[in-house]
Amino acid sequence: MIADIIINSLINGSTYAMLAIGFSLIFGVARIVNIAHTAFYMVAAYCIYVGSYKLGLHPAVGMLGGVVVATLLGLITYKIFIDPIREHEAAVLIGTIALAMALQEVMLIVFTGDYLSVPSLVSGYFTMLGVKIFYQHLVTFITVLLILVVLRAFLTKTRLGLAIRCTAQDREVANLMGMNESQVALITVGISLALAGFTGAAIAPLTTVSPFMWLHPLIMMMAVVVLGGLGSIKGSFVAAYLLGFAEALVVFLVPMGAFLKGSVALSIMILVLLIRPEGLFGVAFEEER
Amino acid sequence: MHVILYQLRKFFNMVRTEVLVLPSRIVVAVFFLVLLLLPLLTSDPYLLRILILTSIFAIFAASWDLLSGFTGQMNFGHALFFGVGAYGAAILNKSLGIPPIGSIPLGALAAVLAGLVIGIPCLRLRGTYLALTTLAFPIILMGLVFAFPSFTGGELGISGLDRIVRSRAANYYIIVSTMLVLVTVIWKITDSNVGIIFHAIREDEVAVRAAGINTTRYKLLAFCLSGFFAGIAGGLYAHFMRIAGPSTLEVSMSFQVVIWSVFGGIVSIWGPVGAVFILFPLLEFFRLWPELRMLLFAIVIMLILLYMPQGLLPWIRDRIENECPRCKIRNVATRTNCRVCDAEMH
Repeated sequence: MIADIIINSLINGSTYAMLAIGFSLIFGVARIVNIAHTAFYMVAAYCIYVGSYKLGLHPAVGMLGGVVVATLLGLITYKIFIDPIREHEAAVLIGTIALAMALQEVMLIVFTGDYLSVPSLVSGYFTMLGVKIFYQHLVTFITVLLILVVLRAFLTKTRLGLAIRCTAQDREVANLMGMNESQVALITVGISLALAGFTGAAIAPLTTVSPFMWLHPLIMMMAVVVLGGLGSIKGSFVAAYLLGFAEALVVFLVPMGAFLKGSVALSIMILVLLIRPEGLFGVAFEEER
Repeated sequence: MHVILYQLRKFFNMVRTEVLVLPSRIVVAVFFLVLLLLPLLTSDPYLLRILILTSIFAIFAASWDLLSGFTGQMNFGHALFFGVGAYGAAILNKSLGIPPIGSIPLGALAAVLAGLVIGIPCLRLRGTYLALTTLAFPIILMGLVFAFPSFTGGELGISGLDRIVRSRAANYYIIVSTMLVLVTVIWKITDSNVGIIFHAIREDEVAVRAAGINTTRYKLLAFCLSGFFAGIAGGLYAHFMRIAGPSTLEVSMSFQVVIWSVFGGIVSIWGPVGAVFILFPLLEFFRLWPELRMLLFAIVIMLILLYMPQGLLPWIRDRIENECPRCKIRNVATRTNCRVCDAEMH
């Protein structure tokens, strides 16, 4: 029981952390509230399904393909639909909602609404302290941690990472300092969609794949971002595991928990916001005027 | 007799000088007339049903515009008010036997309470934080609905509510005239002093506070008013469909109202209402291709926004009307001189 709770919360927390970091990167740099973020996560999950069942490839190849497809698709739709209307915040907002709906419907038409399962990357399990731990869980968890470490190093150590952080802080000044703002935004969108795609690819073997699988992570991702503080990677990381743990705890310990898991996690978010309106690690920004 | 004739003459004069001079006002007048006269021409129950649902959602969209458009408090969880209104009316009607005429306003009052409950924690948040936080509330309520099925009917909802009235045409008249009245009231609110303060809060909250206005109170007022109108829409929906189910609280419901309003052009009230009257029947029309329905809908929205990011209706309005450069009064695009001050229209 306790082991189940821990494993579940670590896996869910990792998913939410990856999604939330990608989401807050796009929001910070391009000021886009990307509702379609988790839709790309769904697209990547379907790519693995196609790769391994329809084309007979190794799941790892499918995984890579999923990341590439999700990123490319994201960049193309960003260039065509979102970039021309970026000045109009409200229009971008429903543009991304419509995009998510469109992706969901395409998947619904192509793959129907059935729940599909995806083969795991590595099969088998080992026992530790009398608890079965599947290798797939371990692989997912370790790759997620690895990616997050690499991402952090990229953002803090490289020149491009510096440019991304600068643009997130102040777009105009970054532009004046000679950073190509729209190019930085494009790169950031690419990176964060690759993160979303990777999350979908890593998590697909552990859950079922369906056209509606993007809705629950979307809500949790937004809760994580708000709870951790917009634009704070450390905050997203901590908040993701916090909410993942809360969810797992509710599912296993409370009767009717599966229905209440979202409610409890979101209530925690609201309670924290009552005390700290800028989130756990957020900085209270001077109001933009 | 003379008084009546005088009033009639005054009315026709007003119509001639104020309404017929601007195409947008003619469209609004025709819209009112067509909606009110339609049941005399056709009694097709399917058409009336679509128009009834469209009217209900028009109230819903207008109430979103009052809160998120005018006051600038981006609400991603507007389905909460709709759902609370629907469930409130359903529970009152089903367990206490209150007829629709009482249960709908009482349900709307429950939605006002919901507006207060979510308004208070949200007062300290702004912008994106607010939008993402409000998204959570309908989902929390939905969890509770599922967790207490004996009270709320769980997944199936509460069904078998009383009809508002028996005949379809009478239903149509009640709901459509409620819609016309409520939308006019919302529009009048945005036009009043309170509305100006709402608009000012959207533009610059710090400046409004500096002008000695208690913005907290006005933001709460906006939440309550918006909750009231959305709650009425929810109650009407529950009594018309005769069921209040969890679908009224879904995320897609919250997103739908954002889509309608932004598509029609926010900060205008008539924009969202017009958009619902375009998009909802369009979605019904797409039933001809049932699998492609939502996809076509999404593509239409994306394409239209690409060319008219301000919203469809303001774009059309700017094509057929111009603002006089001197006195800021709107004129038909075909005029060369302003109709009031006679200045050259570029």
